[in-house]
Amino acid sequence: MSKVHVKLKINGQEMEGLCEPRTLLVHFLRENLSLTGTHIGCETTHCGACTVDLNGKSVKSCTMLAVQAQGANVITIEGMANADGTMGALQEGFRQMHGLQCGYCTPGMIVRAHRLLQENPNPTEEEIRFGIAGNLCRCTGYQNIVKAIQHAAAKLRGEEFLEAAE
Amino acid sequence: MIPGTFDYFRPKSLAEATKFLHKSKNASVLAGGHSLLPMMKLRVAAPSALVDLAGIAALRGIKKVGGNIMIGAMTTQHEVLASALIAKHVPILHEAAQLIADPQVRYVGTLGGNVANGDPGNDMPAVMMALDATYKITGPTKGRAVKARAFYKGLYETALKSGEIVTAIEVPVPGKHGFAYEKLKRKIGDYATAGAAVVLTMKAGKVAACAIALTNLGATPLLADAAAKALVGQAPDDKTIGAAVAAARAIMDPANDTRGTPEYRKSVGGIYVERAIRRAIAAAAG
Repeated sequence: MSKVHVKLKINGQEMEGLCEPRTLLVHFLRENLSLTGTHIGCETTHCGACTVDLNGKSVKSCTMLAVQAQGANVITIEGMANADGTMGALQEGFRQMHGLQCGYCTPGMIVRAHRLLQENPNPTEEEIRFGIAGNLCRCTGYQNIVKAIQHAAAKLRGEEFLEAAE
Repeated sequence: MIPGTFDYFRPKSLAEATKFLHKSKNASVLAGGHSLLPMMKLRVAAPSALVDLAGIAALRGIKKVGGNIMIGAMTTQHEVLASALIAKHVPILHEAAQLIADPQVRYVGTLGGNVANGDPGNDMPAVMMALDATYKITGPTKGRAVKARAFYKGLYETALKSGEIVTAIEVPVPGKHGFAYEKLKRKIGDYATAGAAVVLTMKAGKVAACAIALTNLGATPLLADAAAKALVGQAPDDKTIGAAVAAARAIMDPANDTRGTPEYRKSVGGIYVERAIRRAIAAAAG
């Protein structure tokens, strides 16, 4: 099977690689481009650990071919820190609110929450829960993940989040 | 888990796409890919080539043309949810789209894929049957149109012939009506254990027109014609609604799978038909 030249912009940087048409985007990111922050959980579109932002949409990169992402603008967890290397608002929120235990789902959670807050800067708790319904966490029971996203939303709006982690 | 090998083709026009599909032996159309790619990973599907429709601009968009809403086949569920035209004229599509999968899947999953792949678990087919929508189809030689109500032939079998692509869905605007899509699912994101779509109009306290269709209660989506007829011309009370539910249950023939036994699914199927009827009547009267 002949290989395809895939070129895309990831976290603001032009990147490229050769892959078979059947190569999934998540494998292309991790194996061709060595961006291993995006995790592979279930590989069956259920868990959301592999979520990346593609042309302004949250997508599960285990259910997209790398060739489908040709020319796309992609954001991965590696692009979530501030330009000076300090933690971005969502990373800070997950840290402050204990939004993770094992951390496996966290890259997907943060990248998904990034798009959610772009679309809705001041979501209710219910909107957050509906908005992250495609991301599974098997450790935390979600309470602190919701708080982490609320913490980040408040910070991005220039407000202070006063609740404590559970 | 990755799919087997295949050739990948991304045409710029419908003509190119249908030509390629027609001459290629075992090619599949790729829309959002959120049904097809998982099936390819499991080797349930093994196409020799994929024809990706993402590059064909003519397949996108939602517009009002006369008394119809035209929805391009590559329109995503997310775009349906964001559409003011849909919310105003055919809100049942909004209600159903919200119950499909999860945010990531809705960003990518398309209306065309949902109606055309023939999976009885998909939600939009029953809704399109209830709305009496028409699917616009392009083939290698000429185009045609098939009613949603005549499109589904069996499990993953539809009226689509080799080389044909569903390009758009034409939904007649129902006017002032009541509607409901009731879906029982085990968890958010799941396919329906049972689902029911109801679209009806009321006049002087009686049901003037009614359509009922069922999701995942047979090998295809089902139009519950006798159930709807049991309501038309009646002032809906417990007795007439009970008769409609019984008529709907009589055509249910659900699979025995991880979502439950046929007996259970028929039982809850009837309950969801009743809930949808009652909510649609309340909305039409209000």
